[in-house]
Amino acid sequence: MTTTTPARVPAGADRAASPAPSASGPRARRAAKRRQLTAAGVLMTPFFALLVTVFLIPVGTAVYLSFFSDDQPGLGFGPERTVFVGLRSYAAVLTDPTFLGGLGTVALYCLIYIPLMVVGALALALLLDSGVVRLRAFAQLGLFLPHAVPGIIAALIWLYLYTPGISPVIELFAKGDITIDFLGVHTVVPSIVNIALWSNLGYNMVIFYAALQAVPREVIEASVVDGAGPVRTALQVKTPLVRASIVTVSIFTLIWALQLFTEPMLLSQSSPMISSRFSPSMYIYDAAFTRNNYSLAAAASVVLLVCTIALSYGVTRFTSRTDSEEAR
Amino acid sequence: MSAADTSLLRPKLLGRATVNVVVALSVLYTLLPVLWLVLASAKNRDALFSSDLLSLSDFSFLQNLKDLFAMDDGLYGRWYVNSLLYAVLGAALGALVSVACGYAFDKYRFRHKEKLFGLVLAAVMVPQTVLALPLYLMASEAGLVNTFWAVFIPVLFNPFGVYLGRIFARGYVPDEVLEAARVDGAGELTTYVRVALRMLGPGLVTVFLFQLTAIWNNFFLPMVMLSDQDLYPVSLGLYQWNSSASVSPEYYPVVIMGSLLAVLPLILAFVLLQRFWRSGLTAGAVK
Repeated sequence: MTTTTPARVPAGADRAASPAPSASGPRARRAAKRRQLTAAGVLMTPFFALLVTVFLIPVGTAVYLSFFSDDQPGLGFGPERTVFVGLRSYAAVLTDPTFLGGLGTVALYCLIYIPLMVVGALALALLLDSGVVRLRAFAQLGLFLPHAVPGIIAALIWLYLYTPGISPVIELFAKGDITIDFLGVHTVVPSIVNIALWSNLGYNMVIFYAALQAVPREVIEASVVDGAGPVRTALQVKTPLVRASIVTVSIFTLIWALQLFTEPMLLSQSSPMISSRFSPSMYIYDAAFTRNNYSLAAAASVVLLVCTIALSYGVTRFTSRTDSEEAR
Repeated sequence: MSAADTSLLRPKLLGRATVNVVVALSVLYTLLPVLWLVLASAKNRDALFSSDLLSLSDFSFLQNLKDLFAMDDGLYGRWYVNSLLYAVLGAALGALVSVACGYAFDKYRFRHKEKLFGLVLAAVMVPQTVLALPLYLMASEAGLVNTFWAVFIPVLFNPFGVYLGRIFARGYVPDEVLEAARVDGAGELTTYVRVALRMLGPGLVTVFLFQLTAIWNNFFLPMVMLSDQDLYPVSLGLYQWNSSASVSPEYYPVVIMGSLLAVLPLILAFVLLQRFWRSGLTAGAVK
């Protein structure tokens, strides 16, 4: 591994390598350097062994599988052969209306979920930071609580709250003569957004709140002296100062949103509106483990991976560009 | 902030009331579903579908609890133990591995260091669903499908923990301490185990907690890898029972009770280790 090969480092520039005074000289220094590299190797090997086996090889396998396919020889006799099929699986995935539909669903889900999440969590953090909220510690703990509820159980709770007959919510609406089908054609995506929002709102609020606490008090005092009201202070002084965490939260929320799987998988047990290929992740699961079409599943995986990387890269680029524009 | 400054910042009475109402409504939004779970866990099957949620006339909490552990020959107890094994052992081992690597990234210099670190960060981005099929094929090649290891080994991998580990090593372990240990003639690894690891304690707990949550939540990987019900974690088990519930409704009360019990360990961990994860969130997000 790279870490165990001796590195070429100017001796004086080495921050960590400092030879013991009793054994100075280039030879002792080299020995100390070697000891350090060995230590680095020992400390890093377990993690990089995992990285290779459960990350690099699987990603490589997914790419490989997407270009090959098991072809049945004519009439189904003889051994199966694995043949190179080039981009055939990609063509199959990208022209499959159910996959494209899944991409569309996730796009819609992201468009509703991410702005709601980021704005909601930031707004709550700003309110808590404004110093006028009573029982602040209790409010924080209450908002954070859903993070301790596993995703599948959050989905279970909300599924029951969406189910007529069990749900007190639907009953409440019924008393006002309103009938709501939370799992209907137009409501199913917002219903899933609600589950994700409920699970993660408090967690992201805590991240924003921590960032807001790090804003120097002098900056806020200065804006008060300038006559800015609390709303203006929050929006024009505090918010720009926590940009970095807004970007981080947006990217992590995006990456998680693109993987949408657990909630629709559970809701599909009770709603005919959710097909087995509702989202790209469900499509991959269906292709791999229901239809046993590995090359199709692999191609869909690679498409999802490329979308994830491109979008996260896009967000990073977009925000760093606006950063430099503001600096000018 | 001093009292005088705060009074300048305070909005008028109406504004304060609005702020408090908004926050209170948000807290109700997050708490009420959990409260529903608690109340519903005390209902028997018929009451769940018919009666008022708040009436105590049909209190059957203990009966539900008994049913839960009796259902399908006590399968739920097994699942719970499995989940604890996957999550506690996995998170403990995973945190040690990640933090050791993050520490090495901060304290030692070697070639291609930042490129390797970039690879670690890239791994954070890759969706688990992309890795699942290849992992399944590899596990089946190695004869590990449908065993404890098929779930346990992949969950140890936590690149975000390495990122946090590097930040914590920079913050908590001053380079001077390592130099002093070297002057004393202590070996690098001895120094790590005896000195640095102790200083990294809070960081280690933070990474442990993050990973504990992730593994306890894990659903996709066990679903792909396991077919033997005895190896299921709670999440997958409840998913399966819930799918049976539409056919045989006697599963509803046990699924609800099972969900309630499955929430407890994480709440307990978060409350007990509160001061650690707060510092971890700050370190991970502000940078």
